[in-house]
Amino acid sequence: MNWLALRMLTGDRGKYLSLIFSVTFATLLMTQQVSIFMGIVKRSASQIIDMRDADLWIMDNKVRFIDEAPYLPPTDLQRVRGVDGVQWAVRFHKSNVNARLEDGNFRTVLLMGLDDTTLVGAPREMIAGNVADLRRPDAVIIDKAGYEYMWPRQPYRIGREFQILDRRAVLVGVCKASAPFTTLPILYARFSQAERYQAGQRNVMNYILAKPEPGRDPLEVCRNIEQRTGLMALTQDGFFWKTIDYFLGSTGIPINFGITIALGFIVGVAVAGQTFYLFTLENLKQFGALKAMGVTNLRLIGMILLQATVVGVTGYALGLGMTAAFFTYTNRITHLAGLHMTWLAAGGVGVAVLLIILITSIVSLRKVLVLEPAVVFRG
Amino acid sequence: MSTILTDIESAVSCRDVVKEFGQGDTRTVALSGVNVDIRPGRMTLLVGPSGCGKTTLISIIAGLLNSTSGTVNVLGRDLSRMSGSELVRFRQKNIGFVFQQYNLLPTLTAAENAAIPLIIGGTPRRKAVATASELLAAVGLEKRLNAFPSQLSGGQQQRVAIARALVHEPRLLVCDEPTAALDAQSGRTVMELLKRVALQADRAVIIVTHDSRVFGFGDQIIHMDDGVVTQVETTRNTAAAPLYEVSHD
Repeated sequence: MNWLALRMLTGDRGKYLSLIFSVTFATLLMTQQVSIFMGIVKRSASQIIDMRDADLWIMDNKVRFIDEAPYLPPTDLQRVRGVDGVQWAVRFHKSNVNARLEDGNFRTVLLMGLDDTTLVGAPREMIAGNVADLRRPDAVIIDKAGYEYMWPRQPYRIGREFQILDRRAVLVGVCKASAPFTTLPILYARFSQAERYQAGQRNVMNYILAKPEPGRDPLEVCRNIEQRTGLMALTQDGFFWKTIDYFLGSTGIPINFGITIALGFIVGVAVAGQTFYLFTLENLKQFGALKAMGVTNLRLIGMILLQATVVGVTGYALGLGMTAAFFTYTNRITHLAGLHMTWLAAGGVGVAVLLIILITSIVSLRKVLVLEPAVVFRG
Repeated sequence: MSTILTDIESAVSCRDVVKEFGQGDTRTVALSGVNVDIRPGRMTLLVGPSGCGKTTLISIIAGLLNSTSGTVNVLGRDLSRMSGSELVRFRQKNIGFVFQQYNLLPTLTAAENAAIPLIIGGTPRRKAVATASELLAAVGLEKRLNAFPSQLSGGQQQRVAIARALVHEPRLLVCDEPTAALDAQSGRTVMELLKRVALQADRAVIIVTHDSRVFGFGDQIIHMDDGVVTQVETTRNTAAAPLYEVSHD
């Protein structure tokens, strides 16, 4: 009977393809939007993810997310270093500054000031140049996307100079870094260098990066720091989610993406459901004939579920494939790079497609199950 | 009122069968006390004007509808005592159907369509199609085995439907207006085919029709009107005595 179900389904190529297309389109729309949403939200905390050297972030206790941290007095660094369980602690600066290029154009950049001695937070993967060169006078390293944004279609040229707030900056390297939410170029410099770029500011340390002693519970060390200093101390994971939560709760991003994802689901249900329902309606006489000839309701349920499953699995697979192809292509474009189809998105959309198929099947099944086989005798 | 005279070897035996549809103001009586006996080895025509209850009667005989009251005995089984699943199995094994609109699956070939009852019964597909192909050859469609219904004429489609109805060798064949959608020649061919291929000593054939041109093919003609059997004729085709004398109150 499975054979019969499949022949009924695939016999009318037009309807079969439109069924597949509706599920494919819904899958593509939902997977792509969910993946982009997850990627963009993740970008809001990309600097936290990229910080692989330190486990703890210490900041003013009113901070809501990474881009909103007031400067701390230098004494806070000493106080944190004195807390029980802290192995080491270093200063860290993060701000937006204007860079003026050789041709007079200027760009806003994200400046990351790293501890002069340890360079904690320095990029791990260099495309050109060397991290150690960051110790040279006026040295800065820029991320790949930032370089292409500041000097479009130009080869990587180490040693090129530009200005940050009228002070000299010398490019010593190009690195890989996760794209920030604002897609601004990321500049890495020594903390002392960053201080010079922030002329007039008394304090420029807005974060303290720390590591707990081996074997110590990071959460316990955070509690110790908060009790002793009155500052906010978070693990990397905790700060990541605090920042994500801020963007989810305080911006229109989730609502707008949610609307698109919901539309994808509704389109999927509406188009697939309607086409499958019409397909069933057109075959109602045949289903009636099969019932008259001795096909049980259970077998009919099996046939319709098989048809729906084939449509769902094929459409879902095609939709995922198209989404993967989309991201493969867009990852070649620098400012779109870093957005991927995630397993979570694929899994979530799989559940949504399952729901589409179930809703579609139930509507069609109802029609077939209540069908009196005697209908076949009505001309 | 009908008086039952004889018949102990009936393939189908209906006693005081009543069928009502709806309730209250919408209640409609489709059959009001029908008594019918149909013997195997005969072609029985069920005739009458539209709305007289003949479709309802064959639906009940075929186990597709339940009667409101009365007993329906088919091939020795009381249908009213059978559960829904028993009825489905009974139909699948014992009854063949020929429909007015053929009801062939448009996406299957003639041979595949004719094989459906065997496939439903669990016969492997290849074997079922092979058996169906032999039967299609018997009805003159050996060259159209792989044709789809849309590629066949109305008469040819009905021949496929007949092959489908007979492929699992049922003991009761129920045909609903098998010639209604056909021209006179095709209709005649179909009836001859039913007579030649379908009719066997242990198989009863019931044909609902209002096509008077085919009345001559019947061994027994049951006339119905307004939900009751008004007359039972036995034609020259059978040696059996009339089953009923019909009187009207």
